[in-house]
Amino acid sequence: MIVIKGVPASPGIAIGRAYVLENEEIVISRVDIPKQQIRVEVKRFKLALEATHRDLDATETKVLKMLGKEHARLIDTHRLILRDPLITKDVPKRIQDEKVNAEFALSEALEVVNQAFEKMHDEFFRERRHDLFDVGKRLLSHLLKTEKKTLSDVKRPSILVSRNLLPSDTLNLKENNILGFVTDLGGKTSHTAILAQSMEIPAVVGLSDASHRIKAGDEVILDGDQGLVIIHPSPEAVVKYEKVRERSIQEEEVLEKLRGVPASTADGKRFKMAVNLDTLEELKTTLLLKPDGVGLFRTEYLFLNRTTAPSEEEQTEAYSKVAEAMSPHPLVIRTADIGGDRLSQLGLEGPKNEANPFMGLRGIRLFLRHSELLKTQFRAILRATLQGRVSVLLPMVSSLRELQSARRIFFQAQQELLAEGVPLPKKTPVGIMVEIPSAAILLDHFLEEADYVSIGTNDLIQYTLAVDRINEEVAHLYDPYHPAVLRLLHGIVETTHKHGKKVTVCGEMTSDPKAVPLLIGLGVDVLSVTPRMYLRVKQILRSLRFSDAQAMVAKALKQSDSSEIRKLVGEL
Amino acid sequence: MIEKEFKVTTKLGLHARPASLFVQTGSRHLCKVTVTKHHNGEEMVVNGKSVMGLMMLAAAHGETLKVALEGPDEDEAMRAFEKLFARKFDED
Repeated sequence: MIVIKGVPASPGIAIGRAYVLENEEIVISRVDIPKQQIRVEVKRFKLALEATHRDLDATETKVLKMLGKEHARLIDTHRLILRDPLITKDVPKRIQDEKVNAEFALSEALEVVNQAFEKMHDEFFRERRHDLFDVGKRLLSHLLKTEKKTLSDVKRPSILVSRNLLPSDTLNLKENNILGFVTDLGGKTSHTAILAQSMEIPAVVGLSDASHRIKAGDEVILDGDQGLVIIHPSPEAVVKYEKVRERSIQEEEVLEKLRGVPASTADGKRFKMAVNLDTLEELKTTLLLKPDGVGLFRTEYLFLNRTTAPSEEEQTEAYSKVAEAMSPHPLVIRTADIGGDRLSQLGLEGPKNEANPFMGLRGIRLFLRHSELLKTQFRAILRATLQGRVSVLLPMVSSLRELQSARRIFFQAQQELLAEGVPLPKKTPVGIMVEIPSAAILLDHFLEEADYVSIGTNDLIQYTLAVDRINEEVAHLYDPYHPAVLRLLHGIVETTHKHGKKVTVCGEMTSDPKAVPLLIGLGVDVLSVTPRMYLRVKQILRSLRFSDAQAMVAKALKQSDSSEIRKLVGEL
Repeated sequence: MIEKEFKVTTKLGLHARPASLFVQTGSRHLCKVTVTKHHNGEEMVVNGKSVMGLMMLAAAHGETLKVALEGPDEDEAMRAFEKLFARKFDED
């Protein structure tokens, strides 16, 4: 049994025999063309262009039928590439100037573009070169008159293994016995990955040499959730994954029915279940879950892949959109938790290389250093209050002074907007992330000035246990069930409730089905869950009795060892 | 010939879709369209009627592009580009 790790491109599990698509490296040789043949050669190229246009028309019809208008835009892009002067003008010119065959002229022209794309640092741009290859390959196959190897030869349900998969190939998978696919190349943002997700075909990409390691007919398990590929799995692994797959199919059906059903425990205790939102693009699918609000809108995405900070207008627009869509449910917007390395990219002065960025200039520390960024974000958040129930959340607060400074800037932003005649609500709540132990320890003081508390479990655990989860040497020490973590969480909930305020939990722990009983038993008010796990967590919550969970936590708090705590949680 | 500088305001830069819109706008006019980007002291010039060309610029959000037009309908074309940038490429 061999397990290889790649990039999880599309979720789901597939088990089956490998169908290895031969790496069809088309060898193109240079053929010198006599002068009188040039016109024929150019004509041949034009015919191939026309044939490829007809291909695209056929593919478009298919995409429209299968996936809808949104995805048909991809074909527009391909058509535009096909009409691109780099192809329509450059190739005939090369045929004429260099007196070569059309295939060679085309591959030369493509190579120039390919090299420019390969040099790009931005993954998003770099991935777009696959669209060019897709069009280029179609053109070549018409020139060479080779029938493109089709997947219709796949006789029994299989897992497709190949060096790379073009977006247009991806479209043909479902009707061709393909359970899932595995590729050496590709990233999460490639068109192929996006198509696989919308077609609900499990996929793992970026495996570097899987197409060499996996032989045709090998038994393979593809885990699109974890990004794992298991070659020659042990019988136990097959049984395990088959169970997981069956269960997930049945569960999907049960879970669907939980949309819009209240998040109440079996004994009637009502919790609020919100979602975490990472980008505006996720809003549409998130709304389908009918959550009790957005418990954490991460605004980091607005600051990525750009050379200037986002303007107040741009931010206002984004926040207003979410606030309006969520209304009357609340929306919690966290000011950007970006690291110092972002600053120079945004054209600001910042540290070059921090030895330990997790403990460095990030979150509220960075925004207090560059208070113009903070004020702009506050103004945008305040302007969004016109569209719904909005509150502000401050990340990485470690001392009371930081909270006070941020509140002062928040107050200034409010005063400015009121002076400009913007009608603001009387009060916009300001909360803090409790993710640094000092904030948890001094919480009673913080609560004099914070309106609510949100626990970021990932950072809280990593700072409490001094474990960098990315460091393989110590990653096993990262333990959400550590007694110290439980005691800390318990203290946070108790203290906050004593002050008559609410606690949200928004870290990964809320999305871990096993950890949910702990959070319920601790009596947190809001669980903010990643959309993918939302219905699953709701299902667990509804199956639990609050009184049982409370009793379990009371027992767990007395334990000195995490395995005992795990056991207690598991028994519930 | 006329020239004008534009700032890229689309979120992910001038990626496939905005680049396509740019080319469509240019292709509706007769004039020649060239686009220049300065990056780390280098100058990159591409044909503004070529999607691949535009994408090769890898113009990120916030970067400045110089659009140069030459032809009988250059004024009209420039107005069309101004509108396209003002509409932020119809990005949602």
